[in-house]
This record gives sequence, structure tokens and C-alpha cells, in this order.
Amino acid sequence: MSQDRLTHLKRLEAESIHVIREVAAEFRNPVMLYSIGKDSSVMLRLALKAFYPGKLPFPLLHVDTTWKFREMIAFRDATVRREGLDLIVHTNRDGVAAGITPFSHGSSTYTNVMKTEALKQALTAHGFDAAFGGARRDEEKSRAKERVFSFRTDTHAWDPKNQRPELWRLYNSRVRPGESIRVFPLSNWTELDIWQYILLEKIPIVPLYFSAERPVVNRGGQWIMVDDDRLPLEPGETPELRRVRFRTLGCYPLTAAVESDAATLPEIVREMLIARTSERSGRLIDHDDAASMEKKKREGYF
Amino acid sequence: MTVLDPAAATDASTFTDYLGRHERKSLLRFLTCGSVDDGKSTLIGRLLYDSKLLFEDQLLSLEKDSRKHGTVGDDIDLALLVDGLEAEREQGITIDVAYRFFSTDKRKFIVADTPGHEQYTRNMATGASTSNLAVILIDARRGVLTQTRRHSFIVSLVGIRHVVLAVNKIDLVDFSEAVFGEIVAEYRAFAADLGFETLTAIPLSARYGDNVLERSARLPWYAGPTLVEHLEDVIVDDVAADRPFRLPVQWVNRPNLDFRGFSGTIASGIVRRGDAIVVAKSGRTSTVKSIVTFDGELDAASAGEAVTLTLADEIDISRGDVLSAAADRPEVSDQFVAHLIWMADEPLLPGRPYLLKIGARQVTAQVTAIRHKIDVNTGGELPAKSLALNEVGIANLSLSEPVAFDPYAVNRETGAFIVIDRLSNLTVGAGMIDHGLRRAGNIHWQALDVDKRARALAKGQKPAVVWFTGLSGAGKSTIANLVEKKLTALGRHAYILDGDNVRHGLNRDLGFSDADRVENIRRVAETAKLFVDAGLIVLVSFISPFRAERQLARELVEEGEFVEVFVDTPLDVAEARDPKGLYAKARAGEIARFTGISSPYEAPDRPEIHLDTTSAAADLLAEQVVAHLQEIGIVPGADVTI
Repeated sequence: MSQDRLTHLKRLEAESIHVIREVAAEFRNPVMLYSIGKDSSVMLRLALKAFYPGKLPFPLLHVDTTWKFREMIAFRDATVRREGLDLIVHTNRDGVAAGITPFSHGSSTYTNVMKTEALKQALTAHGFDAAFGGARRDEEKSRAKERVFSFRTDTHAWDPKNQRPELWRLYNSRVRPGESIRVFPLSNWTELDIWQYILLEKIPIVPLYFSAERPVVNRGGQWIMVDDDRLPLEPGETPELRRVRFRTLGCYPLTAAVESDAATLPEIVREMLIARTSERSGRLIDHDDAASMEKKKREGYF
Repeated sequence: MTVLDPAAATDASTFTDYLGRHERKSLLRFLTCGSVDDGKSTLIGRLLYDSKLLFEDQLLSLEKDSRKHGTVGDDIDLALLVDGLEAEREQGITIDVAYRFFSTDKRKFIVADTPGHEQYTRNMATGASTSNLAVILIDARRGVLTQTRRHSFIVSLVGIRHVVLAVNKIDLVDFSEAVFGEIVAEYRAFAADLGFETLTAIPLSARYGDNVLERSARLPWYAGPTLVEHLEDVIVDDVAADRPFRLPVQWVNRPNLDFRGFSGTIASGIVRRGDAIVVAKSGRTSTVKSIVTFDGELDAASAGEAVTLTLADEIDISRGDVLSAAADRPEVSDQFVAHLIWMADEPLLPGRPYLLKIGARQVTAQVTAIRHKIDVNTGGELPAKSLALNEVGIANLSLSEPVAFDPYAVNRETGAFIVIDRLSNLTVGAGMIDHGLRRAGNIHWQALDVDKRARALAKGQKPAVVWFTGLSGAGKSTIANLVEKKLTALGRHAYILDGDNVRHGLNRDLGFSDADRVENIRRVAETAKLFVDAGLIVLVSFISPFRAERQLARELVEEGEFVEVFVDTPLDVAEARDPKGLYAKARAGEIARFTGISSPYEAPDRPEIHLDTTSAAADLLAEQVVAHLQEIGIVPGADVTI
């Protein structure tokens, strides 16, 4: 019997299911962060598998900045209906009231207020002691050392020097009141694994991942979709229809599209493999500075 | 060997083939370890770089980073690809386990990049615990070092049986066959006792890529595989599948009255529909009715698969139970011998209660004895009373209840456990079980006819432990003495266990190290428990500086039987009183490890009674204690005639 008995996807799937079951069993009040993207779709599928034929023993939480693509929200609501899920939607109302938008305050402040702060508000308000996130270690350098169970203080802060060692499949879920654990069941998946799994399992994903004619404007060499009339057009800017798709999804003013004809899953996977730019380059927030993701994480960003 | 090459996937049929191949890949987890500057990070950077998974913008940002932090001049510094955290980049060393991923057409690889720095041994054990193979790097110029031996020992300890000896920087010794041969011979001699099933030595240069993916033309004398060829082809036997069936139950799945499933990941073996299984701890048996998954029912499932089993009979099973092959059961015991790797700054203290997590079960455990510790550089045995950070020892453990387990050498899943500190909640140790201790099975409780209640009734009182804690010179003994007098005057039966007195007899063999302090308190707590059983009111007057041990004493008796009295005297006041002249000696350095001066005192968070000795005289404080005992019914009220 060699270890080639199970494929790598089967092993990754089992590992994720193990992590998800462990959290449901050991925490008082867990929640699954649901960002509507492809990684969230895979994570949700794994959770459904973990408890089949039972239902999910925890709710989903979507932090809505109010600037998500309209198709994302429609997909989210359809998914919740189809799977009979318990969904909590949270928006930072203080941020909305203060008029914080991606245009008024720059991507860094906006992300901090509408995503990081909003997430902390929701976690505190509901008293969640564990929150699943779909982050992968291959996404970015500072993530490579992230634990599967990532400890957060009672202010939701992440201290890279003070993380618990993780051995075997034995996770330490002990927290004091107010403290919490961020759990990353997809830690060992790569982007290619995610796409392969979506293909193999026929997991529904937001149509924005597939190429279509969409109204876009070109800003600083990147295609920004005009998803609604809130996008302020600069002088001389006219939206044009181009065949584009998104490699990653977030707030539409901060998420660049790539020109593409890939309209099926195999075409997307193929395009990914021959891509000349990596996944996160479509996420404008990472360009702020070299160690930006590590800083965001210390502050409580996922 | 074919590298994942997207360019080859440009026409549709090639691409379909490509996807099919990728789906059938297997997974190999390995760790890389070596001394500082052996080039681990550079090697992994090379694997990522050469397997063409480095996308263009990652390369661009790499070139930018190299100019800021790089250590190789104008070349790209491959190590910067993998040294993640900001602080590490500034220090130029890797200080935490990083996980990296790359693929070839045959396998996906998960690489644990573990630090070589001396003080981070715990990270290596962490990386090794999930790996099947280790790549041990050696700098060809420096040969086998102390750290090489240490890393090899830990790799062996954590149960890795396949090792690659990567003799790196071979370019810096002129690609010398002789140098390579000497290093390999020395290593093989040293590693002979480490139980490795395969040991493959490869000369390479991570910086220039020789023998990493591509065969090197500069090493014509070497006929073996390149590193990646070996990693792709090495047969790492999945012994777990050949062992008896074990499934630690994580989750009882009960969506409705008609379905009761037991979910978990199969730790070892194969389970088939109809197999006879046993719940290891209770001995109850049944047969497997179905193996349920989201993707349909299975006829069989094997080690590594996450499944849900339903059984033919309704038997009592909960999270933490281990479903096992009925014909080949695990051991069940509340005492065993294990190898322990200590991972916390605070040392392991025998007698202190810790939490132990094994499979899906969490129990309270104490180390009852450290047999010896192991010098990880030489493998030699050393005597030890405690284990410090990064030390490895062999210890006897005693658990609050029996658990099912297999020896780690037989089963890495059911023989491993982690140790958690009950107050800080940190993971402080990792353990690998050697074997169970038979003693546990043979010492049974002697049931006695006259019980605690009967004995207490005969004395007309409720037994209790009144535990006085505080600094030396705080006034504990003085107040305890007064309380005993008052209780005796009230016709109550009390007894004082005094720290100094007990150290003359029962605890004569103990000193003042943290380990001995813990054992000191453990013995006193057990003695107090026996006295409570005898129906007495026990007044314990001990500095008892650690919360954990006072908590242990509290948990030994029943709820409501433990009254913690914090005799609160500021250090400067106690030091000014100094009734025995001890503070003066401690300040002069004549007494080592003196509480408050050179050893910590952890004040109680929520004592039942808090006495401020600067606010009232001892007699009044003793009255307060008696009044509290009357309030909670330990002593009948003053107005009651007995």
C-alpha cells in the first residue's frame, strides 16, 4: 500500500473536513466567514460535506461593504436559499454614516473601516469564539507561516511571535472569554487545487469569474468595471464594453478585471496556468506597500 | 521528469490530458532542515523558481526586495521568496515554520521550511509531525555539525523514516567527489541508530540549481537521481493503511431521530461495511452498517479519509471515543510512558496538572516522574527534575481518566498528544507514547464502609480545607494558629498543616526549585484531602506561590470544601517584619529562589477570603475567617449550642 492510494485533492479535502469538524465540536460559538468568492465556495462545500446529512451547525457571516458587485450579492442570496443556510450580513453603519467610500478615503482607510473594523464589530457583537476564513498559505509570503488555528487576542489582534505550535492533527482550541481563533481550513490548498476541485466537484461560482462583455474603464493600466452609477467617472472617461473576467472578487471599485475569452472552467484553469501575472495583482490593496498584508493581519484583517 | 509547464498546455487536447494527470497526482509532505546558512530557504526558493510557479509579478517584487534586503549582491536572492515575516527579513534568519507548495506532473509537494536556529527546535518538531520525509541540508564546506545531529535526532524521534541528505553548496568545494564521500560516510555512521528506512545522499547547489530539478553537468561522477526526481519517485509507505482500524470520533452526527452517525478521520487501517468494531474504552461492540459521505455511501474507506459511520446497534458513543477493529484493539490506560518535547518558556513541572489532547479527547494529566532527559546532540541520557524549552525527556504520565491509544512507533495518529497549560492555554509540549503502564489496572480503590459523611457527622461539623497562601512573613501561620484556637474553643476538630513543619518530615527530600515547590504542594494537597476525608477542618499554611497548584488542591476536594484565604501583605511590609531573617539572607544572595525576591508569587484571582494584614490585627483577621466558616456552614453559628 503506497501513499498514492489517495489523490492529493482527496487528502486536502479530508484534512479540511477534519479541521471544520474539530471547530464545530470544540468551540462554543463558531461562524464561517463567507466572502462569496471561489475560495469561500470551496470552503462552504467542504463544510456541507463535513456534516452531511446534517445541516451546518454554525451560521455564515458576510461583511458587506455595500460596494460588492451586484452579481456577488445575487449569488450569495441564491446560495443561502439553495443550501438552507443561516446567513448573517453585517455592514459597518458608522462607516457608511461617515461617508467612507473607496473614492473618498483611499483603499487603505476604506478597507480598514469597511472590512477590518466591520468584521471586528460583527465578531464582537455576536461573541463568536472561532471564525473560519478561506485564506490559503500560497497566496502571499506572510501567510506561509500562518497557523491553521490562528490565535487572536480579545482586541482581535494577531501577534506573529505568539502563535501556538501545531502538531499532527491536534489543534488547541482553548481560549479565554473575548479571545478567539481564526481557522483556515484551506491553508494547504493552492490556487490550482481550488480550481481543480471546483471543476471536479461542479461547485457553483459567481459568473464574474467567466468572461463576458462588461462595461469597464481603464485606470492606471487596470480595467475597473462600472457596476453601478456610483463609480465617479474622471474627465474624458467613457465606459466601454470589453470581454473581461475577474480572477479574484471583492469591492468592485478596487477589483481589476483582466481581458479574457475564458468562458468555461477548463478555459479558466488553462488561462490561470499560462497567466503572466499572479492572482493577487488584481487586488489593489496589496500594492500599498511591501509588508502591507502582514500589517493588515496584525490589525485583524483576514 | 516533466515539470508543470503551462506552455505545453496550449492546445486543447494536451490541456485535457494535463488536467487529468493533475487530478491523479499524489501528495508528499516533507520538511527541510539544516543549520543556519545551509541554504534551506534558497533551496525551496529554487524549487519554486524552477518549477515555474513563480509568476511574473512575484518575480518583479522579488527583484525589488533583493535590492533592499538581499545578501547575494545583484543576483536574485531566492531565500527572499520564502522568508515571510517582516521581522525575520530584517534579522536575516527564518524563525518560524513556513509551508510552501509546488507541483510536478507526478506529485504535489507540501514543504515545511523549518528554522535551523538553535532555540527553535520546537518548530522543527512541528514541521516533522506532519511530514513523511525529511531533507537534511549540509553545507559541503562545513560537513556534519552538532545541529545536523540534533535535527536528525528530532526527525527520527517524530517518526520520519525517509531522509534525503542534501549536500549543498557543492560548487564551493569545487564539485569534489571526495568531500561529498567523506560527509556521507560520516553521516551514515552517525545515523545508523536512527531507524531511517531510506537515506539518499545528493550533492547539489541550491543557488545555481545543480541537481535540484536539472541534472548537473558539473557533477559527472554522481549517477543518482536529482532531488526532485527522488522526491517524485520515493515510495513513502503509507503504513497507516496497513495498521488495525482506528477512528477517533470527532462529531456525533444526529440530524434527526432516524440517523445517528459517528464522524471522524480514519487514523489507520481500512473499514468495510459489516466490519465488527469496538468502542475501545467501554468495550462495547457493534458492526458497521454504513459508511456515509456527501458523495454517496462507500463499501470501504481507509486511513486519511474523513467519513461518517453508522452502526447496527444503539451503543453509547461520544466525541473522543475511538472506534477500533474488534479483533485488534488499542491499549486503554490512565497511565503511560511517553517521549515529551517541551515547547514553552516555562518549564515542565512534574505534579502540575496540565491538559492533554489525544485524538478528539481532552483530559487532565500530570507527569508523575521524569525518567530522564535526552541530550539531543549525543542521544545520551541525563537525570532531570523538569524539562526546559526545547528539551526532550521520557516521562511517566498519569491521566484523570483512561484513554485509548497505540504506541507512537506503531501509530503516529493514535500515539501522539499535545500538552496544554491550563492557565495560559498555550500548547506547551508534544508527546509520543511509548507504552502503557500496567500499574493502573491493578491498583483499585478500596471501598470503605465508614465514609466521609459518617466521620464528619460524628464530629458535628462539615470538613473543609482552609488554605492560607501568601508571602513568607505575611502572617499565615500566626493567623492559622489563632483560627485553630478559636475553632477548638468552639469544640471543632481542626488540624494545621504548616509549610515549615511539613518540610521537616513528609517533604524533607524536597528543595526549592519550581519542580520541588510543585511536588511540595501536591503532597500537602493530597494529605489535606485525606484529612478532609477523616472529617477534619484542615488549616493549610503554605506560601504556595503558584495558582495552578492551588487550583489542583481545590479540585481534589468537593465543591464548597475549599476555602482559599489570601493573606495579603505587601512585599516591603513582609520584608520589614522578616521574623526568621530570611529576606535579609535572600537579599544577600544566601538563599536562592526565594518567593517574592528571586521566585514569583502568583496572587489569587478570586480567594474566598482576602485578608489585608496592614489594616487589622491578626486576632481580628482570624475572627473574620471563623465568621466566614460559620457563614458557609462549615462551623455552626456562634449562637448554636453544641
